[in-house]
Amino acid sequence: MPYVFTVSPDFTPDHLSGWYIFNTWLQHQTKAAIHLELYDHFQGQRDAIQADKIDLIYANPFDAAMLVREKGFLPLVRAEGESDEAIIAVSADSNVTDVAELAPGTRVAFTDDPDVKLMGMIMLEPGDLDAGNIVPVSAGNYVLVAKHLLKGEADVGIFLAEAFDDLSSMIRKQLKILVRSQISVIHHSLMIGPKLQDRRAEIQQILVDMDNDEKGIGVLTSLGFNSWHKIEDEQMEFMIDLMDTLNT
Amino acid sequence: MIADMNPEDIVGDYKEVTLKLFDGTSRRVLYTEIETPYPDGKLIVSTTDTEGVITHVNRSFVEMSGYSEEELIGAPHSILRHPDMPPVAFKDLWDTIQRGEKWQGFVKNLRKDGGYYWVKATVIPNVRGDKVVGYTSVRRKPSHTKVAECIKLYPTLFSLF
Ligand SMILES: Cc1cc2nc3c(=O)[nH]c(=O)nc-3n(C[C@H](O)[C@H](O)[C@H](O)COP(=O)(O)O)c2cc1C
Repeated sequence: MPYVFTVSPDFTPDHLSGWYIFNTWLQHQTKAAIHLELYDHFQGQRDAIQADKIDLIYANPFDAAMLVREKGFLPLVRAEGESDEAIIAVSADSNVTDVAELAPGTRVAFTDDPDVKLMGMIMLEPGDLDAGNIVPVSAGNYVLVAKHLLKGEADVGIFLAEAFDDLSSMIRKQLKILVRSQISVIHHSLMIGPKLQDRRAEIQQILVDMDNDEKGIGVLTSLGFNSWHKIEDEQMEFMIDLMDTLNT
Repeated sequence: MIADMNPEDIVGDYKEVTLKLFDGTSRRVLYTEIETPYPDGKLIVSTTDTEGVITHVNRSFVEMSGYSEEELIGAPHSILRHPDMPPVAFKDLWDTIQRGEKWQGFVKNLRKDGGYYWVKATVIPNVRGDKVVGYTSVRRKPSHTKVAECIKLYPTLFSLF
């Protein structure tokens, strides 16, 4: 039975082939059979985690607590310089200039990326908005969040900052940023499950050394990363505690 | 023990009061009516040991409090205590986190320069293994409405504790 590797469903579509290349590289380096299983939605992935079908995961920070505390996962590495930030934006035509001007009943467009939605909802709190008094407008991806704003189907949108910055300049010009988060300590993490944990130190070292080798650099580039950094257990615990405070 | 506040650090006209701290010591604080608005998009984060002595602060904490990181690490968290905060709020905070639960509330904090800033704070116990090794507080920007409610409510709570 091969080990199963999965990636948080919020990965950028451009990097889809990168994850397959990475998985091939990892199998070669570890001499282990690893199957890459991708899920379209977070719920499907969480069901697989609950059923103990996953051995390696590039996890969304929102799921880190469940992975560590309920499923015995441990952190390996994070992508250097990458952190998850959120943006609150409105249509450029909107009169709103500050979140504080928003009122209950505001239509909020978002995707199902759990950490971005969480950060975004926190940035809407200064306007007395919460899950109970907004009108949710769910969207399949961030381009669609933008389209809801441009068509007047939503009043504000919650974006992953990176995805907002990647929108075409034509779309971005028609949007106005109200808030951009500067949290910097919330990030995706590559984590290892119980079945593979006797090889944790070895796999961690392989990943940390990845940018020392020409082939490795090529694989990292296809993922949009520069290098992997080791995550200490306490750093992971700190991020889990931080997410826990935000999740209230 | 926290040092008294220094008039040379204060910006603007100030009042003076001596706060009685929970550990039996007291501190002379100087405070002004100058509010520093909460920075958009940022979280102010600190961690303490189990006694409430600061062990970690992030950059936003340093910027908003006006103290340097060196002044903060090792200081009791009451270094930010503002005279307008009713003691019962902090009693509730400590009772809650010592039961192992999360505490959330609105806090007016005192800056080194005598000014103040309002936050919405969430404090949780840091559990490692089965042990509480400290506490982490994460603050976010509060809504005007909630702050206005606290400005009315807090003065009425001083007689309670
Ligand atoms: C993690 C943590 C964060 C805290 N943050 C603050 C704070 O920002 N401002 C504050 O006045 N008290 C804060 N406190 C509460 C203080 O420890 C203290 O109880 C309070 O300032 C009142 O002082 P006293 O308990 O000596 O009377 C915090 C406590 C903990 C455990």
